[in-house]
Amino acid sequence: MIELSPFIIFYLGALLVLATQGNVRKVVLLATPLITGLHLWFNLDAGILTTYSIMDYELTAMRTDKLSLLFAYLFCLASFIAGIYSLHVTDTKQHVAGLVYAGSALGAVFAGDLITLFIFWELLAISSVFLIWARGTERAFKAGVRYLLFQVMSGVFLLAGALVYYHNTGSLAFNHIGLNSTAGWLIFIAFGIKAAFPFLHSWLTDGYPEATVTGTVFLSAFTTKVAVYSLARGFAGEEILIYIGVTMACFPIFYAVIENDLRKVLAYSLINQIGFMVTGIGIGTALALNGAVAHAFSDVIFKGLLFMSMGAVLYRAGTINGSDLGGLYKSMPKTTVLCIVGALSISAFPLFSGFVSKSMIMVALMSENYGYLWLLMLFASAGVFHHAGIKIPYFAFFAHDSGIRTKEAPTNMLVAMTIAAVLCIFVGTQPQYLYALLPWEVEYWPYDMTHVLVQLQLLFFSALAFVWLNKQGLYPPELHSVNLDVEWLYRKLLPASAQRGKTVLQRAKESMMTTAITSVQGVRKTFSRSSMAKYHLSESWPTGSMVFWISIVLVAYLLLDILGTTL
Amino acid sequence: MSSENMNDKQDEKIYFFDKPENVNRVLYVFYALCVILVLADFVIHRHIGLVWENIPAFYAIYGFVACVALVVVAKLIRKVVMRKEDYYND
Repeated sequence: MIELSPFIIFYLGALLVLATQGNVRKVVLLATPLITGLHLWFNLDAGILTTYSIMDYELTAMRTDKLSLLFAYLFCLASFIAGIYSLHVTDTKQHVAGLVYAGSALGAVFAGDLITLFIFWELLAISSVFLIWARGTERAFKAGVRYLLFQVMSGVFLLAGALVYYHNTGSLAFNHIGLNSTAGWLIFIAFGIKAAFPFLHSWLTDGYPEATVTGTVFLSAFTTKVAVYSLARGFAGEEILIYIGVTMACFPIFYAVIENDLRKVLAYSLINQIGFMVTGIGIGTALALNGAVAHAFSDVIFKGLLFMSMGAVLYRAGTINGSDLGGLYKSMPKTTVLCIVGALSISAFPLFSGFVSKSMIMVALMSENYGYLWLLMLFASAGVFHHAGIKIPYFAFFAHDSGIRTKEAPTNMLVAMTIAAVLCIFVGTQPQYLYALLPWEVEYWPYDMTHVLVQLQLLFFSALAFVWLNKQGLYPPELHSVNLDVEWLYRKLLPASAQRGKTVLQRAKESMMTTAITSVQGVRKTFSRSSMAKYHLSESWPTGSMVFWISIVLVAYLLLDILGTTL
Repeated sequence: MSSENMNDKQDEKIYFFDKPENVNRVLYVFYALCVILVLADFVIHRHIGLVWENIPAFYAIYGFVACVALVVVAKLIRKVVMRKEDYYND
């Protein structure tokens, strides 16, 4: 009993949410992550193995170690904050989806084998799509379907990989997998889809901005972080991840600069941050892996904070397009300040959480002699500040006054954002508590004179570039637009070529039919001219009369049979 | 009608950044901090991990150039990828 798997509490919470409403439901929403968190902290230590068996397969429902526990704490925290943020929501399915989704994330990080992982992998996909569909628009529905397709495809790769892996090794245990087998690659692709690898990322930038105000906050916390956890466990030290990670850190920032939908800017910036984590996993040293995991922790909190602040803007102003916003600091000053805390954290300002986690990955890159990649990551770091740190607060709350006058965010949203903001500063100023939870043993301290100085130089001069570009009128204005990304392939190219293919097939069918009919008619004509045509049986008979005569014959057989046995 | 009145009343209020001199004040403080950070580079001894870091004020230069390059390239990308908002018809 004491080793109860934490996901069960969340699933029970989801059931209770279904059965309750009003204040009781609010209590359930907050108590679920709280009780689970306390259960994790006091009852579950590293080293627990709970097994069960299905059809002769020995499976591990729960395996605890420092890596899985850290992610579990994080998921409880994220679910608690997102729960407060969504207390005003009355839509039952969103609450149920949120709890099942968070619970599945917990189930996935504790899964000790690939089949259990697969089950929670799919539950993550199915529960989370309701947070997109709950928006209620046709646009959101379609985006949700596309999102679900990618997630299910990832599950298919995972299951296929797991089965091949079992066939090869005779084991389903989820430990280091590596890339020296087909099974390894299949599982790698499955993780890669969920981690939003380049070219597999469009479900994220397409789906997340379409979710509800509160749904996006949940979405940003779990799916990609489960993928980061899985990569850290299965593929730590695979060099290809460094190159994938650097690509992920660099390419989205260009899109983020020109994107108008500010929640989509954050979605691109989410890929950029996962890029840092993936790079850390690829380097594979203790410092780099700790950095990747620590950065996942920081990211869930500060990215959640940013998504919450943009959600509050969408909730109050009714739009999230940079082109239509501006001057909101006048009516939403508290949200403005909280958003800026998130912006400073993601930009890795000293004293904020991003600084203490990202720096580990940068130092690891440098000490492993990836000089040029380090330069690219430094570019990505400057770019983060530019597109997330400055652009998000600037275009929403400052810039030109859009004339929108609205109210401050609801109290529950402000409370949730404040908790996240306090955590950002706490982790940034007291990193020893986070460091103590990290899975690998390594000495590291982020605050020294050099490090603080160079980071401030980098960020201040990035900001200076923003000011200068703006003053010169060189900064690209926010415009009503969409920017083509990978989804163009399946939203435009594929439907267009399918349409063309259909037309071609239609034509082929028509011409084949004509040919066939002409030749059949030709055969008939020849036959009717032949001497055999005069016999009655050679005429073409209608099917109705055929059926009639066959039933007569059958009835006759039946009668004869009955008579035969009785006589 | 009442909302109109409210708008009028709110519009009367002058906020901090409505005054250009306030914007400039903030910017001057910001410029001063930039200058201090560059000067600090010559006073404080930095650890050097990679050869590029030997360049004076390397991080400041790199940050500025990187961001300008980012924006210039992003504007070029816009020419290729930008479409009307209803491009996907939904």
